[in-house]
Amino acid sequence: MRSDKKSRLFSRLWMFVVFGFLYLPIVSLIVYSFTESSVPNVWGGFSLRWYRALLVDSDLKESLWLSLKIATSTATAAVILGSLAAASLHRYPRFFGRTFFSGMVSAPLVMPEVIVGLSLLLMLVSLQRLLGVPDRGMVTIWLGHLLVGMAYATVVIQARLRDLNPQLEEAAQDLGAKPWQVFFLVTIPMIAQALLSAWLLTFTLSLDDVVLSAFLSGPGSTTMPLVIFSRARLGLNPSVNAIATVVVVIVAIGVTIASYVLAQQERRRSLEAAAAQRPG
Amino acid sequence: MSTSFPIPDDPGFLQIKEVVKDFGPVRAVDSVSLDIARGEIFALLGSSGCGKTTLLRMLAGFETPTSGQIILNGHDLSGLEPYRRPINMMFQSYALFPHLSVWDNIAFGLRRDGLPKDEIAARVESMLRLVKLEKFGKRKPHQLSGGQQQRVALARSLVKRPQLLLLDEPLGALDKKLREETQIELVNIIKDVGVTCVMVTHDQEEAMTMADRIGVMDEGVLLQVDVPNELYETPNSRFVADFIGNVNLMEGVVVDDQPSSVTIECADCVHYVGHGITGHVGLPVTVALRPEKIYLSREEPEGEHNRVQGVVEEMSYFGSYSVYFLRLPSGAKLKVSEENDLRLRESKPTWDDTVWASWPPSAQVVLTH
Repeated sequence: MRSDKKSRLFSRLWMFVVFGFLYLPIVSLIVYSFTESSVPNVWGGFSLRWYRALLVDSDLKESLWLSLKIATSTATAAVILGSLAAASLHRYPRFFGRTFFSGMVSAPLVMPEVIVGLSLLLMLVSLQRLLGVPDRGMVTIWLGHLLVGMAYATVVIQARLRDLNPQLEEAAQDLGAKPWQVFFLVTIPMIAQALLSAWLLTFTLSLDDVVLSAFLSGPGSTTMPLVIFSRARLGLNPSVNAIATVVVVIVAIGVTIASYVLAQQERRRSLEAAAAQRPG
Repeated sequence: MSTSFPIPDDPGFLQIKEVVKDFGPVRAVDSVSLDIARGEIFALLGSSGCGKTTLLRMLAGFETPTSGQIILNGHDLSGLEPYRRPINMMFQSYALFPHLSVWDNIAFGLRRDGLPKDEIAARVESMLRLVKLEKFGKRKPHQLSGGQQQRVALARSLVKRPQLLLLDEPLGALDKKLREETQIELVNIIKDVGVTCVMVTHDQEEAMTMADRIGVMDEGVLLQVDVPNELYETPNSRFVADFIGNVNLMEGVVVDDQPSSVTIECADCVHYVGHGITGHVGLPVTVALRPEKIYLSREEPEGEHNRVQGVVEEMSYFGSYSVYFLRLPSGAKLKVSEENDLRLRESKPTWDDTVWASWPPSAQVVLTH
């Protein structure tokens, strides 16, 4: 009995240590964003000074705006391309080069990002030398993020498609829906939640990416993580805490929405399963 | 149970002509030819993997025949996509769209045809009335019971007024009691609408109850097509005799062949069959004898044919009837079912009793293959 209690106490303690190690830095980061002092780890009383500074810090503001634009367009394009890739992999069990295609789609998931970034950079440099385009900047960062984001989106969407009852698409065809109507009227609504999860996932991936952005950015196109990264090396001030807090809030909202959507989906699926099992 | 099928006005409404379907090296459907009349309910019966579902999917257009032709109402369906065929199907899983309400599920097919809104509304409403689900239009499929889902699926497949209705194991997802009620209801609705119907089932009772005619399939081959009672009383092969209902099969040899009778010698008894067969003396045949056509008695029956003595080895009481298994002299088993029409019958056979089994000369069916 006593040793049981002891071990339970120990495991509780251990849990608090681990969570503390993971989250205390973030909590302190948020707390110190409200400091009056100009050193990020000295508490000088509460103020919104650094949030005000953020408003006039055009470098940070611009980088945040750029990051949001890139993340939004990456997520959107990744979901569109990802659903097309997933749908063709799902619909056609056999076509020339299918295995190759399926491997290539998911390769960026396992490839070290440094290598993806470096090889993209080298390709873009040679392209630019040959054709004069593209200049490194928002578009090239977007392409890099899209490469990785599409892989994630494809995996998420493909998993949902695999769960789908194939008779649903056949039933739609049987009732007179042409293949493109089947896709938009039945397939897309059935996988809507997976599309939303994929969008949020790739959005977050793009928003906090440092490595690819570092390789692919050009002058005047610095994303927010890059700005934070470079400032951290030059000496921080609490305005970085303030912008980090803003990002944490954005991500927290995103994660909350995503988990709410997933919980809804789970609830609906269990209801459907219960209905299918109910005999009468 | 329908005992006879009225002579149809259009016997070749649906014509399946030497249809073959190969999946790689496997022949799933082997040269099936079949005519189905307008307004008929036809059942394809067989165990799983016999090719019945593949044949149904070829009618719907989800599979393309390797060779052969399917003609509906004079039009060749070859190369016609599923969404262009005047055929609707009720799927085994019902395949109701979970994101649409009952109303929208039924309206789905009409909307694809671009019908005017008020006509769609009128037709959906009348379908909901037909399947008695007027109050459920706004529900989502997962809020319905299994039986209600089945009715929505039926309404959805009927609302476009198809020339041909396909049912894939229509009641397979329902439990036994509900299935029996629904069989009759389903037949009534289909007959009311007057649509020609091809259904696929592995359940012989379901096929017998619902269909005007039944086609028995095995290993891709259509073995026999007939009305239910003919299929039961005069099967044309061992497989059909064994598949439909219970049967005792006995191997024997023709010893006397007359125009209006035939005598067959088996291991345990001599069969005298009161009709001629196309065979000759010495031909090995199988005699099929249904358990309910055999009588049991303690006294020796008259005559020297169509009787055998055995020992009751097993018996089971089923309420309205009892089933006995007799061990015959050769070691073979004979299954006999007797109706329990009297509450207290004298000298009812019981375990280890030696009894006589006998049957009239019209009871057997002689199978040559």
